Amino acid sequence: MKALQLEKRKFTIGVVAVLVVMIYLVRLLFLQVFSDDYKRYADSNAFLKKIQYPARGLITDRNGRLMVYNEPSYNMMVIMNEQRGIDTLEFCRTIGITRQQYEDRMNDIKNPAKNHGYSRFTPQLFISQIPPKQFAILQEKLYKFKGFYIEKRAVRHYATSVAAHVLGDVGEASPEEIEQDAYYRPGDYIGKLGVEKSYEEDLRGVKGMKIMLRDVHGRIKGHYQNGRFDRVPEPGRTLTLSIDRNLQELGERLMRGKIGSIVAIEPATGEVLCMVSSPTFDPHMLVGADRGENYKQLRRDPHIPLLNRAIMGQYPPGSTFKTSQALTFLQEGIITPQTSYPCYHGFVYGRTRVGCHGHASPTALTYAIQTSCNSYFCWGFYQMIMNKRKYGSYAKAFTRWKDHMVAMGFGYRLGIDLPGEKRGMIPNAEYYDKHYNSRWNALTIISDAIGQGEVSLTPLQIANLCATIANRGHYFVPHVVKKVEGKELAPEFKEAHHTMVDPAYYSMVVNGMRHAVLGGTCKAANLPGLEICGKTGTAENRGHDHSVFMGFAPMNNPRIAVSVYVENGGFGAVYGVPIGALMIEQYLHGGLSEESQVKAEVFSQKTISYGTRKR
Amino acid sequence: MARANVSFRHLFTQLDWFTVVVYLLLLAAGCLCVIGACYNYGDMDILDFSLRSGKQITWIGCSLVLALMILLIDDRVFDTFANVIYLAFMLLLLVTPFLATDHKGSYSWITVGSLSIQPAEFAKCATALALAKLMGTYGFNLQRTRNFARAVFLVVLPLVLIILQKETGSALVYLAFFVVFYREGMSGSVLFVGFAAIVYFVVGLRYDPFQLPHTTATVGEFVVQLLVWVFTAFLFAIYQKERKLLWKLLGFGVGLTALSLALSDHVLPAYNVAWVQLVICVVFVGALLVHSFRFRQLRPALIALFAVGSLALHFSSNYVLDDVLAPHQQVRIRVLLGLEDDVNGAGYNVHQSEIAIGSGGLTGKGFLNGTQTKLKYVPEQDTDFIFCTVGEEHGFVGSAVVLLLFLTLILRLIYLAERQTYAFGRVYGYCVVSIFLFHLIINVGMVIGLTPVIGIPLPFFSYGGSSLWGFTLLLFIFLRIDLARGLYRRDR
Repeated sequence: MKALQLEKRKFTIGVVAVLVVMIYLVRLLFLQVFSDDYKRYADSNAFLKKIQYPARGLITDRNGRLMVYNEPSYNMMVIMNEQRGIDTLEFCRTIGITRQQYEDRMNDIKNPAKNHGYSRFTPQLFISQIPPKQFAILQEKLYKFKGFYIEKRAVRHYATSVAAHVLGDVGEASPEEIEQDAYYRPGDYIGKLGVEKSYEEDLRGVKGMKIMLRDVHGRIKGHYQNGRFDRVPEPGRTLTLSIDRNLQELGERLMRGKIGSIVAIEPATGEVLCMVSSPTFDPHMLVGADRGENYKQLRRDPHIPLLNRAIMGQYPPGSTFKTSQALTFLQEGIITPQTSYPCYHGFVYGRTRVGCHGHASPTALTYAIQTSCNSYFCWGFYQMIMNKRKYGSYAKAFTRWKDHMVAMGFGYRLGIDLPGEKRGMIPNAEYYDKHYNSRWNALTIISDAIGQGEVSLTPLQIANLCATIANRGHYFVPHVVKKVEGKELAPEFKEAHHTMVDPAYYSMVVNGMRHAVLGGTCKAANLPGLEICGKTGTAENRGHDHSVFMGFAPMNNPRIAVSVYVENGGFGAVYGVPIGALMIEQYLHGGLSEESQVKAEVFSQKTISYGTRKR
Repeated sequence: MARANVSFRHLFTQLDWFTVVVYLLLLAAGCLCVIGACYNYGDMDILDFSLRSGKQITWIGCSLVLALMILLIDDRVFDTFANVIYLAFMLLLLVTPFLATDHKGSYSWITVGSLSIQPAEFAKCATALALAKLMGTYGFNLQRTRNFARAVFLVVLPLVLIILQKETGSALVYLAFFVVFYREGMSGSVLFVGFAAIVYFVVGLRYDPFQLPHTTATVGEFVVQLLVWVFTAFLFAIYQKERKLLWKLLGFGVGLTALSLALSDHVLPAYNVAWVQLVICVVFVGALLVHSFRFRQLRPALIALFAVGSLALHFSSNYVLDDVLAPHQQVRIRVLLGLEDDVNGAGYNVHQSEIAIGSGGLTGKGFLNGTQTKLKYVPEQDTDFIFCTVGEEHGFVGSAVVLLLFLTLILRLIYLAERQTYAFGRVYGYCVVSIFLFHLIINVGMVIGLTPVIGIPLPFFSYGGSSLWGFTLLLFIFLRIDLARGLYRRDR
């Protein structure tokens, strides 16, 4: 009985199936037979989906002066299904290509392996970036070339030729980039370097879409459903860089003919005021039809102008590093401000010997920084690493030392908002264990104390060290974008990073750096009314020494911290100090005094011969 | 005679050729559609294995071999090893997300060499076998809570595992097994309540963004609250003999609704007519409760409870979606409902597929002549939205033939299921029926804009080896079980 009742349920299920199919059939009947609307929409290519490209965001310097803007350019698109029976010869002549190029291009478009997502019904890119002049001729004849369309796009233009490394460039999205992000289609532009890359999502804006109705002859009949599905493009956001255009210009002028880098940071915010990497290039080179050729040429240059040395160059910091050592030793209680070490033309211990230059002996903290005494810092380092009573072992002492270095922003990427930043090198105990088979002590690695040996920093990290000293113990992650229109600054740039050293010790080091300017290695930076504190560096390497300087000003409430690195420039005082002083003067006074202008001119003419060896 | 393997002669005479023919017709039609949907430009070789049409033809060949192989297996294998097969597939589903690569956000595809396989498609078959085995056990009674819970567990386990692979569409297919439960004795009200809940949720969210003309109510809230009292009245009509009260209530509901719509923005300023619907619902609940007390009956109170629960679900669905769920979960649900993932706002994709189908007219544009599907306006045109190609290239006639073929298959399968001697065969048969029915309703429904967009394939039509083999397996295991029906009768 029960089973029989349940068996009736087969009817319910069957009836539901029949009912659903009936409903669907009625719906299909209305869709397909009773309504003409759909047929009209679809009558052979009823739609023309036109992508409305948003204007890419503008880029200004910190004072709102325009640096990058857009100019119109034209892409030629082709719809293969419509492109028939055109006068190929005339077409080729009009746009200035050969018959062979035409055939090749057409074959490439049709090849699904090269042109992913190809359809003969949708517009395909034929040529990009037709110059305005050619466009004018083409437009007159376009009616003859059925199936070809012009799509207006914008290309980047630059108000000045500076800051190419920071600004970066845009280029056509590669197949991999298109694969990764559904936003891009073949022919779309994407940031390739610099802030154009790192702020791509802010700059690119949101694409719009117009859906037009067309009749069988391809004539546009207006918007599909009165534009219900259309979307207006949203322009990209304007970027305000923290770069000061004038300062950047001066920096690039001073570095002309030399290889190296200048980085300036506003200590109170971490904003990068200028980032010079020399040799540089004109950003205009990577725009327009010559982009590919110019790019190849820049890549071939033995001095690698495309490399942003400010964040990718990893150099021995030389004596600028001694400030970090003084801070570490003070904090660790290895030295007091009064501790003195002997210096008889250097640090001598057994067979280990680190030379120094002529100055009085023994030295205490201030005088050691002022004169950049190698011996003093080697002794401090020796005392710290060999202090088994305090740390237990060399390795533990060294790990403690390494922790201090990392807290100061060395050895890891700082996290600047530019692609490609390098991390520099701060060795750890395991590194030496492996390298020296666990048989090492302070003497083995003594050159770390004076910024040589295995230690390397990027110019940005040196500038950041200087900013940290200027702030007396903390730094903000350096960033080149001060503001993105309509957005808050990313929180990682607002957070203060404190080192492990007490601010009181920082004041002592500042004092030493001030003395270095007043009567030490940086005398050339002693400009009236600027109160610069500085530290030179002369980094030994295989060739001629590198000339290094870092400094900040004014001594109290500093507004700028700068690092200068000139490859093979010799003593720090030769190039580093004068260039650094000029940069500080330019920024603090808003210009250079007459005397300084002459000096700047002289420096911009000085060149260092590097040869053509690939670097 | 001890029962041996079936002879070829037995196979040939006893096999349900009717189903086989319908299956072959569907396969052939599906093959034509995939070729049509992949067809791009003139000089294409449809057998080219690098193109989807070429691959699909290969998959079809494989599935025919698969079908034949299943027919040659001893049918007792399915019964005996049902649990082992089920366990093996659950394990496979469990490890799939760890082995799988990201495939449009879902982790349900295992790649072996150049072949990608979706275990979820085969797990349906395993679940059906396990269910059939469980429910075919002597003395099994679905109305016993313990038994029911075991059956539900068998279904929910793969469902959850597949949701973990972020393949919500395939997971929802498992809900179809509740149709089997219904056939085997579960109360129909369970199905109805489930159905109502889905309708509230879908309609409420799907039509929330649209304003009802001349009022301040949204279409979603108005329609859902209207449905609450209509469904309540429906339940009352089915479970109560009392007709007078029903007519009174219905008259009141319809009258007040009409009045409120007429007044808004014409006599009175535009107001929220959804509140009037709420009032009607409250009156219904009140009347049912009074009825329940007066005649000392439990049922009206239960129906009132249904109405109250419906309203609670309706009012909480928006709250749950907006305030409780994390943004990415919200997106997933919105995508499921077709509210998101549209390049041009809600409804664009479905609108495009409607246009493609609509443009087919009575007889269609002809094989390979469809333009809308080839313009790439329609998303997933060779997989989930394959029915567009049927509609565009073969018109109403083609679509109707396909739908009727599916209906024939389903009705034939119901017939076959009912003629099984043992519960095992019947339950398995209904599993096949409900899976085909679910796929048909959801897939075709979404393409013609009647159901939410849930990405599941149309059996035998959508491109893809896994789903094709999965359905073939499902169907031919049933045909093999059906083949043995006579033998059992003789021998046991």
